[in-house]
Amino acid sequence: MSTFRPTDLRCKEAVEIITDYLEGKLSFEDRTRFEQHLVNCPGCVEYLRQIRQTIGAVGRLTEEQIPAVVKEELIDAFRHWRTGHIK
Amino acid sequence: MVPTQEPSTTEAPPRAVSPQEWDLVQQLRMGDEAAFRRLAERYHASMVRLAAAHTPSRAIAEEVVQEAWIGILKALDGFEGRSSLRAWMFRIVANTAKLRGTREARSSPFSALEEEGGPSVSADSFRPENDPRWAGHWAWSSAPTPWPDDQLSAQQTKAYVMELLRRLPPRQREVMTLRDIEGCSAAEVCEALGVTDDNQRVLLHRARSKVRAGLVELFSARRASA
Repeated sequence: MSTFRPTDLRCKEAVEIITDYLEGKLSFEDRTRFEQHLVNCPGCVEYLRQIRQTIGAVGRLTEEQIPAVVKEELIDAFRHWRTGHIK
Repeated sequence: MVPTQEPSTTEAPPRAVSPQEWDLVQQLRMGDEAAFRRLAERYHASMVRLAAAHTPSRAIAEEVVQEAWIGILKALDGFEGRSSLRAWMFRIVANTAKLRGTREARSSPFSALEEEGGPSVSADSFRPENDPRWAGHWAWSSAPTPWPDDQLSAQQTKAYVMELLRRLPPRQREVMTLRDIEGCSAAEVCEALGVTDDNQRVLLHRARSKVRAGLVELFSARRASA
């Protein structure tokens, strides 16, 4: 017999606790309710996947490099600091 | 037998800092230029991304970070390793950027938006409250459907994600930048931004929800025009 009742956790609420879920901040009971909801809700499974894909997409915004001229300026500043010109 | 304490030549690293990071700090303090070069290569772009949350232009973000580097060098002797080196550096960047943002006296619509706590998904994506059985569950037409994998990694999508990040209120943008781009832990973000753990999680949640909603819009617009 299925123990799932649609009133247990609504999708509207599930999307609001997804970060707490991913951060491991839900209580044992709430995590169980959330995971139970996922078993029965393909929409929320997809939502969770999209949040993970979003994190992945944002994580790919990394390829900028420090411009050579800026690096040289910083190293100059470092030399000044080292020789005590920056206090 | 009574254990005797070994005389140590170098100070043991404090707990928040890895031995490698602590070595790096010692090298920097001794004026090791190669060590500084590595540090700049590793963190400069990340610092600019963080500063950009508070500055109206990329050029000003660059200036802020140059100022922050000086602040970092001046404060380096005082670094005690109570947080990771990067969390400590990011804190200096965030503070410098905020100060500069205030100096720019930019009239910003952000402060109101900052407190905004709307739903992560618009209410009309769910069945109405008067639905006898499925109130609050996905409406048929709005239930999430898989995103096209090839589009997710497309260069165009990347530019769009960048724009979505830019449109976030500064504090959400800071948290998302540090967590999801830089890969900082929650504790590092709290240290860098001076926010509580609950607060950083709320900001992260709002940021991720908004960027996801932006991607939904993008992909459905592409589907409609295909």
